[in-house]
Amino acid sequence: MTATATTPRTHRHGDEPLLSVRDLRVTFTRQGEEPFTAVDGVSFDVRPGQTVGLVGESGCGKSVTSLAIMGLLPTRGNRVEGTATFDGTDLLRLSGSDMRDRRGRDIAMIFQDPLSSLNPVVPVGRQVTEVLERHRGMSRKAATPLARDLLQRVGIPDPDRRLKDYPHQMSGGMRQRALIAMALACAPRLLIADEPTTALDVTIQAQILSLLKELVQDTGTALVMITHDLGVVAGLCDEVNVLYGGRIVERGERHELFAEPRHPYTNGLLASIPRLDSERAPLTPIPGSVSDNLPWTSACAFAPRCSQPVEVCTRQTPALEESAGRALRCFNPVEVTR
Amino acid sequence: MSPANPMNRRKDRIDELAATSGGGTATLVREAGAVDEKPGVSLIASAWKRLRRNPVFLIGATISLLFVVLALVSPFIAPHDPAVGYLLDKVRPQSNPVPGPEPGFPLGADDVGRDLLSRLIVGSQQTLLVGVVATLFGLAGGLVLGILAGAFGGWVDALVMRVVDVLLSIPSLLLAFSIAALATRATQLTVIIAVAAVQVPIFARLLRGSLLAQRHSDHVLAARALGVTERAVVFRHMLPNALGPVIVQSTLVLATSIIDAAALSFLGLGNPNDRRPEWGQMLGRAQQYIYDSPHLAVYPALCIIFVALGFTLMGESLREALDPKSRR
Amino acid sequence: MARFIIRRLLQMVGVVFVLSLLLFFWLRSLPGGTVSAILGERATPETRAALTKALGLDQPIWVQYGKFLGRAVRGDFGASTKVLPGADAFDIFLTRFPATVELSFFALLIAVVLAIPLGYLSARRANSPLDSGLVIVSLVGVAVPVFFLAFLLKYQLAVEHNVFPVSGRQDNLNCTRVTNFFVLDGLLTRELDCSVSALKHLVLPSVALATIPFAVIYRITRASVLEVLGEDYVRTAESKGLTARVIRGRHVLRNALLPVVTTIGLQTGGLLAGAVLTEKVFNWGGIGNALADAFQFRDYSVLQVLILAAAGIYVIINLLVDISYAVIDPRVRTR
Repeated sequence: MTATATTPRTHRHGDEPLLSVRDLRVTFTRQGEEPFTAVDGVSFDVRPGQTVGLVGESGCGKSVTSLAIMGLLPTRGNRVEGTATFDGTDLLRLSGSDMRDRRGRDIAMIFQDPLSSLNPVVPVGRQVTEVLERHRGMSRKAATPLARDLLQRVGIPDPDRRLKDYPHQMSGGMRQRALIAMALACAPRLLIADEPTTALDVTIQAQILSLLKELVQDTGTALVMITHDLGVVAGLCDEVNVLYGGRIVERGERHELFAEPRHPYTNGLLASIPRLDSERAPLTPIPGSVSDNLPWTSACAFAPRCSQPVEVCTRQTPALEESAGRALRCFNPVEVTR
Repeated sequence: MSPANPMNRRKDRIDELAATSGGGTATLVREAGAVDEKPGVSLIASAWKRLRRNPVFLIGATISLLFVVLALVSPFIAPHDPAVGYLLDKVRPQSNPVPGPEPGFPLGADDVGRDLLSRLIVGSQQTLLVGVVATLFGLAGGLVLGILAGAFGGWVDALVMRVVDVLLSIPSLLLAFSIAALATRATQLTVIIAVAAVQVPIFARLLRGSLLAQRHSDHVLAARALGVTERAVVFRHMLPNALGPVIVQSTLVLATSIIDAAALSFLGLGNPNDRRPEWGQMLGRAQQYIYDSPHLAVYPALCIIFVALGFTLMGESLREALDPKSRR
Repeated sequence: MARFIIRRLLQMVGVVFVLSLLLFFWLRSLPGGTVSAILGERATPETRAALTKALGLDQPIWVQYGKFLGRAVRGDFGASTKVLPGADAFDIFLTRFPATVELSFFALLIAVVLAIPLGYLSARRANSPLDSGLVIVSLVGVAVPVFFLAFLLKYQLAVEHNVFPVSGRQDNLNCTRVTNFFVLDGLLTRELDCSVSALKHLVLPSVALATIPFAVIYRITRASVLEVLGEDYVRTAESKGLTARVIRGRHVLRNALLPVVTTIGLQTGGLLAGAVLTEKVFNWGGIGNALADAFQFRDYSVLQVLILAAAGIYVIINLLVDISYAVIDPRVRTR
């Protein structure tokens, strides 16, 4: 293992985590069906100003993790265990109204599909001002110029006119910018972005990502970036958590993780990214899908799809072991080649 | 017209139901696979799996089944002939227009001395007949118009659908009354025709909608690409897939037909010949004695409500089970 | 917005045209044709021939249709034969229309005021005992023949237990007539006892008439709220920490009520069918009762007016619903 060449940004912000998730477990119970554990003992930290990525295929539990932290899971049919300590308080133990006070003010969230995430019959400006009215106690009139400035800051041209527009009158990228403006209205200390670019065109994706990067750097907002796209992570995150089957399988500082993936899954994810610069290496997809591991067994969840399983993988689940700022859950990790 | 066009909610509802037909079979199967965590589970199988556990469906199906069985065996279990005035000598127009219960006649008799219980039991037969035949007529009419519109397209489609839409915009019961009023002398058949005519535009729109939805679906394109003839495509590949919404609508129409027939009787537009009783007719005619002998109306009314509820429960739970939206 | 209304109006012209064609052919296919329909079956051949000529029935069919349209536009549908012999059919419609509007208004009021809150409540507590109970009530409401329910209410609450009046629109109080909306008239002339009496008479028929619209509006509201509650934008609103009240009003109800508005419009138009049955049971002096008599005694002049009026009202309500829809849904407005 090479010594870290670049100093992780983490160290610049002190070591007291802003959000500390420990042993988060979310189980869905549906009547007449087997309980399904979507998130199984996930732990990670987010320090002030840091950008942390949660990466994995759809169904790996990354969105459920974020909704659980936000207290936005449906009230019935699920059980949430563990802790999510934000600024000294466990969010998972907060009452409904206390959590309501924090959402939008201390922690905000942006979602995947900007069209369906915006109320179609309320003007965009109103959807921005309502956050200010709620958390800053402002009147709608007083909040309007602030909303205008917010729209301008997220790069929406002609913000005065756009305040009165309805979501269907905007383009996809513009809608996502508006959603970001709403999330940032009260200058939250933590922003959770759940696949914010997936529903957008490639060129717009890049714009939104650089906007997010710029905004979190300017405001010192910590960001949890949830994505299936390692490309997004590469450009944005300080630390990356790779999730598989509701568990973290590998964690590391961005450069280290990309340079030396140890878990076969991370390795596979990196190998399955199409590269334009090397014609020789064929694209290697990971066979199967996340649902292949169902129903739950004692084996390693990734074993059925693993490129290098050993005998023990089919008998027990490896534990997450931490060393030198990295964490890994594997019996037979990928050899470091360098 | 876009889905947001509010022009006519009734049309939208029919079209929504039409969209639940096998149009997007591929996605349905995929979704079903996601629900059942087993790929390749068919739409019907997954619907049936959920219906079997659905108490609403079970209650509705049981009531409907009981009704059909009763209608089939009623001539054999009715204690008396429903057309014979056994207690006619007990009827006194002034003092005792409707004879009360007595041994052998547990519910008493009607205004011409016929056994009420037997009439109720045998009445199930004509009631079922009205419901089923009206539904079949409505379906047949809708099938002809729907296929005409769907197959010819162009101005035929435009004309047929415009007329259908206008018919849909007239309150359905009023339309049934108007059509019944065309008959000089009402019979069971004119009642059935009036009730069925109201359903024709509904079925027509439903069928056209689901045929249209399938015209561009993968399995129809595949069949065409394989050189299947146009007629075979329509009859073997498209119509069977439109069956789901049609079955749902039929169960609901069965219920409304029976209720509508009762309303026709009430307005004097029903079948005047009551040798073979029908519940709607019994209820409609009971109004003359409603204050002195309300039971004459209450018994057939309860029968109608019970049966209509049964078919409605069954239809609604079927609709829910076949609706891809409810699979989440 | 103006363009939207004009486009809708043009579409409506098409609908009215098809409607007039349908009514024309309906009249032509009446038993014995239009002449018997107007004169009855026992008219002499001479009068029949005279009327055939007077009505222009010996002329080509498109001329006949034109004349029919001309008469319809002038409100000339001939005299009533059976319902109110000799009276002008169009006048019958005019004098009786307010009674039906009054009844329909209260029925719709009852239906909407109960159905929307209960539908919302049901959706919020989906699958709770309350929800299941309400769903069953709404299903039974549709399964009960309207006229039987009307009889039941009348028998129980008016005949057996004298809580409400048995029939009619008002007690005989010598009230001043202004608009022929009796409740409104009482308020206008300060004859409050007149209004109270009219209201008492309204209770049973409007409850009977309200059942089906209630059941339908309730179920649409429930389904619509259920759907909206699962929408992403409600989750967004939650993620912004908005108060429950704002989320309920601005984000859930405002969207959920869009389909409800169209349903209410549709039910308003459909009320007339129910009014035919309800008005007959309560001997209400509206067009529903006139229609019931006209159907029963085959008074085709009256039927013509009333059916055309019913369809016309329906078309107008549809237009109003479209416009109100455009007002509350920006997506329709700006398209």
